[in-house]
Parts: sequence; C-alpha cells; structure tokens
Amino acid sequence: MSALVIENLTKTYGSGVEALKGVSFSVERGDFFALLGPNGAGKSTTIGIISSLVNKTGGKVSILGHDLDGDRSIAKRQVGVVPQEFNFNQFEKVLDILVAQAGYYGIPKKQALERSEYYLRRLGLWEKRDSQSRTLSGGMKRRLMIARALVHEPELLILDEPTAGVDIELRRSMWEFLTEINKSGKTIILTTHYLEEAESLCRRIAIIDHGSIVENTDMKSLLEKLSVETFVLDLASPITAAPFIEGIDIRLRDERTLEVDVPKTALLSDVFVKLSDQKVSVVSMRNKTNRLEELFIKLVEKNLPQEKTA
Amino acid sequence: MSGNEQWVAFLTILTKEIRRFLRIWPQTLLPPAITMTLYFVIFGNLIGSRVGNMGGFDYMQYIVPGLIMMSVIQNSYGNVVSSFFSTKFQHSIEEMLVSPMSNLVILLGFVAGGMVRGILTGIIVTCLSLFFTELSLQHAGVTMLVVVLTSMMFSLAGFINAIFANKFDDVTIVPTFILTPLTYLGGVFYSIDLLPDFWRGLSMANPILYMVNAFRYGVLGVSDVNVMFALSMIAGFTIAGFAFSMWLLNRGIGIRS
Repeated sequence: MSALVIENLTKTYGSGVEALKGVSFSVERGDFFALLGPNGAGKSTTIGIISSLVNKTGGKVSILGHDLDGDRSIAKRQVGVVPQEFNFNQFEKVLDILVAQAGYYGIPKKQALERSEYYLRRLGLWEKRDSQSRTLSGGMKRRLMIARALVHEPELLILDEPTAGVDIELRRSMWEFLTEINKSGKTIILTTHYLEEAESLCRRIAIIDHGSIVENTDMKSLLEKLSVETFVLDLASPITAAPFIEGIDIRLRDERTLEVDVPKTALLSDVFVKLSDQKVSVVSMRNKTNRLEELFIKLVEKNLPQEKTA
Repeated sequence: MSGNEQWVAFLTILTKEIRRFLRIWPQTLLPPAITMTLYFVIFGNLIGSRVGNMGGFDYMQYIVPGLIMMSVIQNSYGNVVSSFFSTKFQHSIEEMLVSPMSNLVILLGFVAGGMVRGILTGIIVTCLSLFFTELSLQHAGVTMLVVVLTSMMFSLAGFINAIFANKFDDVTIVPTFILTPLTYLGGVFYSIDLLPDFWRGLSMANPILYMVNAFRYGVLGVSDVNVMFALSMIAGFTIAGFAFSMWLLNRGIGIRS
C-alpha cells in the first residue's frame, strides 16, 4: 500500500495565484522521499494540503489508503508534520508543548508524558523540558518540532526544510536520526534546499516547478541522466596552459587547478592516463558541484526565461 | 477519533486555557477585581448614597448584578479573543489544525476556557460586593442560566473577533468601541424606566440590556424587561454565534489559506 497518493492536486489562492496545476505523485510505504523545487514552486502548498493547513482547490489526497476528504480523522492521524517556520507557543514549556500535542490526538496524559520523555531524550532535549521554548537555540527548536511531530507516532513524517539554519554537526546528527526512524518503518517525505541532503538520504525524488511535477523517479535513475560531470583536479606541479584531450573539455582555473567535464561515455581512468602522458600529475579530485544540484538546475532552468519575461 | 479521544482533546485545550489565564492572573483576574471594587466604592457608596432607591432597592444593591454581569461579559470575551488570536499570531493554531480533532472540539475548548474565566471573575466580583452590600438570590436557576449563556455567548463573540483579527489592534477595537458602550448603556447603572420613550425604545435593541436585567431578576427579583423574552434573546444570540463560529471554522476562514 502507498503511504501517500496525490492525484491531480490543484490550488489557486484567493489572489489568483495558481500554486499547483495538477500535481500527481505517490510515495511508497517505508520510502525516504525528496520533494524538491525552487522557492515558490509549490512544495509548501503541497505539504500544507497534505497536513490540512491549506484548502485544496481540486484533486485527491490519500494517506495510507484513507482519503483526506472522506476519512479525514484517520488520514490525519497517520501524518506528522515538521513545518518550515517555528509554529509553537514561544511562552510554553518544552514538555507542555509535546504533552498538549499528544492530547490533541486523544492520547491520555500518562501515555503522553511517557512518549514526550522518550522523544525529548532521543532528540537531546530532555534537559530543557522545563524551559520556555523561546529560550531554545534555533537547532533545538527544530528538534522540538520533530519530537512534536512524532509524539503521536505517525506512519508518515513530512519535514519541510528541517535543517534550514542548522549547523553542520547538528545537521549530520539529524540525518542519522531520520535515517534511523526511516529504517524502523516510517515513511519520510523531505523538502530541502541542501541537495546533498536529498542525495544522501532519499531513495526517490520528485521535482516540482511552477506548480507542476517535472521529474518523479528514483534517485539512481535520476543521477544516471547526468550526461556530463564536472571534476576539479588539484595538480602536483604548476602548468601554464590547459592540456588537450579529444572529446573532453578542460579549463585551467589557476596554475595548479583544472576543471574537467567528463561525459558519461568516457572513462575517468582514461582521462588520468592521458593527463599523465602530458606530464600532468593529479594529487586530488572532487566534484565541482553536487551531482543532484547540476541536474536540478538543468531541470528547472528551462522555466527561467519565461519567468524573466513574466 | 473516538468519543473518549475527543474528550481528551477537549480537556487538553480547556486545561491549557485555564492554566494560561491563571498563570497571568495579574493581567486577567486582578484588574476586574480592582475595577469593580472602585465601582462599588464610588458609584455604590459615595454617589449611590445620594441617589436613593432604584427599583425598590438601594442603589448599591441595584447596580451589583449589572457590575457582576459586566465582568462576566468582558472577561469571557477578552479571554477567547486574546488567547485565540495569539494562537493564530504565533501559528500554534497549526498544532490543532493538523490533528484529527474536530472543529467542534476546538471551538468548545476555547469557549469553555472563556466561560470558566468569565464565571470565575463573576464569582470574585460577587464575593467583593458582599463587603459593600447584602445580596439574596431570588431565582437561583435563572441566575445560573443567565451567567452560563452570557459567558458562552461572549466567548463565542470573542472567538469570531479573533478569527477576523489580523493585528493586535483588531482585538481591542470591538471591546473598546462596541462592548463597553453597550454595557454602560445596557442598564447596569440605571433602570431604563428613567429614560425618555425614544431612548428607552433604542435601549431595547441592546442585547446586553436583556442579560443585565435577566441576571438582576435572578438576584433581586426585578427586571425592566420580560425575563422569558430576555432568556430567549440570549439563547438565540448564543445559538447564532455558535452556528456562525462553526461555519467559519469549517470554511477555514482566517485560519487556513
């Protein structure tokens, strides 16, 4: 059974802005799914509709087989949402926020306290349980929202930019936590601006742009679409001109650094052999940009000229 | 959600609301106690002693029911309008909207919170009034019914105000420019029999007049209006306010985009 099925979802705001133009995709149970798109593409509107914060104009949303219109209560129980903006009462204590959230799902106080303790401990917030939420750091506030989204133990967890503004160390620990709960069977949908995050965590991906899905596939197939990958090579000794290799575009960035565009059809080992033949020794190598980032830009950039003339 | 789960959700909102106004008691419970004590001293003792009898009672006794009702009205309204608007303003309303809790439970939770504060304030003001005059309850049932319905009606009115409010100014406009004038002109301090015909007729269009007089009937046994008609009016306004609030919630007006 699919964790989420979205069919022909449309949303036109009162201002006339058409945010979604018939979005359809599905997410399998247990999947780790990325929903990517530039700002204003329709990601947050889609998540808003799934989490009942935005009224849809048309289409259908089904969560674990329960229609969000017809079987609203059961469908909503399956979803936990971590929004982009902090949306808790800044004057409430951390523990009270979690216990109240459990209460809204009809979970009795004793059980709510037990679950709140469990998730606050897992997210490293137990020591802060009696602090007013406004006194927490940005990273702690994000973790509080994750704990709150999990306290009713949903099957589907949706995170809208969960690591925005979070330092690298904390981001890594959040990735580990999300991977762990995904392995425990929970389905996760993630939107993010850090494409490295999507590439390393998610197995499937949908890209939304101007309110329409422009790509929906598994991560491996998507990355295979990259026809050219750009590498940055650090050289052992300085050179004055870029070496020539037929069929490979090579640029000299500075006397010790080369940028090499390697087509999917070429072998990287051949490139090294040919460089070595020209007395160019490479000491290290890295991708110029994240691979997913390159694809993402290619997929959405075709819409940019229209945007400029609009 | 099962009935039991809905009940847990309702109690969660109600408990949260009660804890909120108790935590900030210097802003919620103390001001009406001080204001009403000043009314008792100035209007009841100092000026009232020169006014003489009204409706067969000394002036202090006559105004006490109206002042109790005034505190119930203002506090029921104020609790819901400020609490629900701040929930909206901080976006923590989303915590409730994503949950499977029904709109009815959300409404009842906030309204019950407003009613508890309104009634609690009414009890505090009643206790304070006993330092200044004697009160005898003539019709306990009517008194209770009027307090419950009035606090419910104004909690609903506060909820509707909060739904439409977009900034903090919007939650003070109605209490300042509508509620307070209507309360003062609702027969709290005088009998409308004292007014010329035109103003008496106009006063009959003021819904607060019916609440004040129905409550005064319950406490003192006198009223400027027919009590059954007054109770019907209050019940009618309450039902209309409830239906309108549910319609707003179901449409998502002011809370969903």
